[in-house]
Amino acid sequence: MSVATVIEKCRADNRAALIGYLPVGFPSVEGSIAAMKVLVESGVDIVEIGVPYSDPVMDGPVIQDAAVRALAAGVHLTDIFTAAREVSAAGAGALVMTYWNPVLRYGVERFAADLAAAGGAGLITPDLIPDEAGDWIAAADAHDLDKVFLVAPSSTPERLEAVTSQCRGFVYATAVMGVTGARASVGVAADALVSRTREHTDLPVCVGLGVSTGDQAAQVGRYADGVIVGSALVRCLTEADSDEQGLEALGSLARELAEGVRRGRS
Amino acid sequence: MTTTSNVPAYGRFGGFGGRYVPEALIPALEQLEEVWRKAVVDPEFVGELERLQRTYTGRPSIITEVPRFAEHCGGARVILKREDLNHTGSHKINNVLGQALLTKRMGKTRVIAETGAGQHGVATATAAALLGLECVVYMGRKDTERQALNVARMRLLGAEVVAVDNGSKTLKDAVNEAFRDWVANVDTTHYVLGTVTGPHPFPEMVRDFHRVIGVEARQQVLDLVGRLPDAVLACVGGGSNAMGIFHRFIDDRSVRLIGFEAGGEGVESGKHAARFSAGIPGVLHGAFTYVMQDEDGQTVESHSVSAGLDYPSVGPEHAHLLESGRAEYRPISDVEAMEAFSLLSRTEGILPAIESAHALAGAMKVGRELGPDAVLLVNLSGRGDKDVHTAAEWFGLIDDDGSPRLPDDDGAKGMGEQQ
Repeated sequence: MSVATVIEKCRADNRAALIGYLPVGFPSVEGSIAAMKVLVESGVDIVEIGVPYSDPVMDGPVIQDAAVRALAAGVHLTDIFTAAREVSAAGAGALVMTYWNPVLRYGVERFAADLAAAGGAGLITPDLIPDEAGDWIAAADAHDLDKVFLVAPSSTPERLEAVTSQCRGFVYATAVMGVTGARASVGVAADALVSRTREHTDLPVCVGLGVSTGDQAAQVGRYADGVIVGSALVRCLTEADSDEQGLEALGSLARELAEGVRRGRS
Repeated sequence: MTTTSNVPAYGRFGGFGGRYVPEALIPALEQLEEVWRKAVVDPEFVGELERLQRTYTGRPSIITEVPRFAEHCGGARVILKREDLNHTGSHKINNVLGQALLTKRMGKTRVIAETGAGQHGVATATAAALLGLECVVYMGRKDTERQALNVARMRLLGAEVVAVDNGSKTLKDAVNEAFRDWVANVDTTHYVLGTVTGPHPFPEMVRDFHRVIGVEARQQVLDLVGRLPDAVLACVGGGSNAMGIFHRFIDDRSVRLIGFEAGGEGVESGKHAARFSAGIPGVLHGAFTYVMQDEDGQTVESHSVSAGLDYPSVGPEHAHLLESGRAEYRPISDVEAMEAFSLLSRTEGILPAIESAHALAGAMKVGRELGPDAVLLVNLSGRGDKDVHTAAEWFGLIDDDGSPRLPDDDGAKGMGEQQ
């Protein structure tokens, strides 16, 4: 099922969807799935299941650190299918976020088939632009999966047209020029980018990069169809003294963010 | 021109290459390609680059025939293309001057670069000083330690050197960090990528800036021996010096093109950077090419005594030359490279970069295979000054604390006795 359906439901409630990112495999595969369930229980609408990767050029220090530790702990690509199954069963949309090489290595068609079978909604591909994504687009279409490509403040009208025309599910608007990580403010560029993107598509437009607090979620939720939070959630786990404490901090932040998107437009 | 004969699809060499980067960088890559393609047909740009090559780099670089070294190469004639004599000590300056001029044309004021051995970082710092650009160089922590002298050189030239502590702390992690900087600062910053990989147009553009190596060498060899060489040999890390010397020879079907990768402690040991022996096609740093990776598509760390070859991927055009059968690639072990390093130093009075020593070790093998009638052209891509410390340690000429071991010291060994 496309996550667009989830976002439509949120829109009917006059609020933005809350999308939370966690990498599978940190602190362990089971631990990460437990954390994803906490997100869902705390009001997250769509879980972005991250694939830890050795060379994450779009990620800042927090997500890099979690990826390194997850890989050291022995996470494998196939663990995301387990996570997708569990997240989906918990009632949230299960989108996988991955750099391209792991999918390429696994086999694009085989990956799409296995992801669909596990109840995954589709993929967010930070280093795959539609121009290079012919195999993925074909496989995603064949298996009824979402294709979430990114747009950025630097995107020209031509690029916005080219990218949004290939998206399904939503369009991922990166709020700032830069890598993932909490920021004091989510720049003015985000609002403008969402408006510019809407000129090219009727798809939901969700904003990520830099959102870490309920207030920021409320602010972004006023103009975006979804608010994406990554590093701030991951940090709850990477900086915790124990797994229990990590889940507690995670639940608390997720509830704050969920409250944020709910008051954003009221 | 053979430039486009092997580029069937946009930004591709055969099936290799492409543009696997975050969308945020696409406008910068489009701008770079547009400015570059206009510049290379603009007499003002071409003239300025040519002037800098002549009056700053010292082009054309000479060729040197090395008969005493050639005695160890089956008696084949061995001719070195002396890129080591360029200003800054390697071929890297060819590409950097081109990109630095493009940076000015794009109205950008800051350049960033990755570096492994430090040669590309030094070249970028040099060009930045020359053209008044701010410069930040990313270098793996491990490489800053084994190439400390080059770190100091970059700082003396006014560049900021950032030691990268992520991942394997070598070249690939420096590239990751440079990409992260670029995404955040692309308005003011040009990423002077140092080799023939990365997203289009870098592989093609960097190759074209280095193509002068082969253009000069081909004529120089013709003038010296009256015919084309039987083989052109070069070391291959990312592969820029190799593409630079290979490219003019691609249509000379009688000339074998042979690249030498870092075999490290041996391909079977797993500690190497022999992408064509042990890698499989995948995506790293923006290009579809050969990548050392595990079953999950995670990049595997490479190993080499040479920081400049210690990279788990390779330029996409090399992947195409391999698959099309036009070029061949072989691994050279650390031990073989250091033996060639020592041999060239002692027989010819030329200290090669350890990277280039891989090509010299290759010449020793290929020369023995082809025999005394053969003519080999070897790209001596860099000089070994930066490697004196590594080589002195390797050959036991200094103690762990860096102090010299003299011949009457207990346990001291001459260079030839220990490898």
